[in-house]
Amino acid sequence: MVTTHTLSDPTFMTADQVLQALHDVHDPEIPALSIVDLGMIGELIIQGENITVKLIPTFIACPALDWIRHQVKERLKQMGFRKVEVVHDDQTVWTSDRISEEGRRKLQAFGLTPPARNCGRWTEASLAAVTCPHCGSSNTVLRSFFGSTLCRSTHYCNQCRQVFESFKPV
Amino acid sequence: MNPIVELITKLGDDAFILGHRHSEWTGLGPILEEDIAMSSMAQDKIGHALALYTILHEQFGGPDPDTIGFLRNEKEFRCCHLVEYPNGEYDFTLVRHFLFDHAELLRYQLLRQSTFAPLARFAAKVMGELKYHVLHADSLMQRLALGNEESHARLQASLTEAFPLAAGIFEKSPYEDQLIAEGVFAGEALLQQQWLKEIEQRVQAWDLHLPEAREPLAGLGGRYGYHTPYLQPLLDELTSVFRSEENASW
Repeated sequence: MVTTHTLSDPTFMTADQVLQALHDVHDPEIPALSIVDLGMIGELIIQGENITVKLIPTFIACPALDWIRHQVKERLKQMGFRKVEVVHDDQTVWTSDRISEEGRRKLQAFGLTPPARNCGRWTEASLAAVTCPHCGSSNTVLRSFFGSTLCRSTHYCNQCRQVFESFKPV
Repeated sequence: MNPIVELITKLGDDAFILGHRHSEWTGLGPILEEDIAMSSMAQDKIGHALALYTILHEQFGGPDPDTIGFLRNEKEFRCCHLVEYPNGEYDFTLVRHFLFDHAELLRYQLLRQSTFAPLARFAAKVMGELKYHVLHADSLMQRLALGNEESHARLQASLTEAFPLAAGIFEKSPYEDQLIAEGVFAGEALLQQQWLKEIEQRVQAWDLHLPEAREPLAGLGGRYGYHTPYLQPLLDELTSVFRSEENASW
């Protein structure tokens, strides 16, 4: 899912090493997930000791984007890169399908139902048909299309009688 | 004005002003879920305005997005009258949101084909979010229209008031023909036609009715800088913190 270009040899750092390091950068609204799990890295261009990272924003109004950009820069400088550029990848539209399998497992463990994989073809019925992340029951109802952050919807589990949230498909 | 700049300015201004109106429900929503929904949509819409103002800044050398949003005079805004109206009671807010967001989703569906690539890309992204806005509006409209006598009567009264104003969403730009000819935007007339079909279909199913067209000029003027008396006080409030220390870094 991540396009990588290594433009000079010998390589100072491999794309895999960079991705591994970027697992340390988290979305502050869902601290369980790294930006790599979220599929926010569009492209890495490594030129010797210089690197350009193209970041794909999730929700348009996500308030964490500047903070994330800053953290990416800091982390890569820490690795020893000399020149770090973090730019907005405007060629790729982020969808929830970009969340990795590992990311989906982490969401579940964090108490957020992962979004159905659907490339944006979700319906109100499919959104409502989620299982409770606490007890696994499918006897749940959709309470709101919105939740405590832009990426969540609110549900109620009739089985364990708890409100829970789901990561919205987009 | 460059025709594309005019188009993006009006889209940004609609989102900015309606986003602010929605935010006025924060802490005051009739139920917690609606408080959260209006606040979330407010955040989305202000974000959409920021993205559009950023296109103006990056592609056309306009001022930075904060300056566009906070420091223009009322006359320079190109939002439609519908978004300027005070929230009123929840029924008016809901009906306005229903009328506006159906138009918004259809507009971006058309703009996905825009020959102006930054706008086409923005359209592809924003549609995923607007789908939630439209479904929210439909679901609440349906629940209240089919609720009880009072909820139905309130929606009908607000629909009668808001529907004529919604014509202002589709007020033609001075550059309409050029935008259509260049494939930037398929045009307000086509959009309005598609929108009316969506609205009529739903309203009928919910046993509401659209008012007869009365005043031919209702809701018009916003796209040319002629606004309702509600816009200036809104801008005063919206910009009061920013203007208190314009060069502050946040």
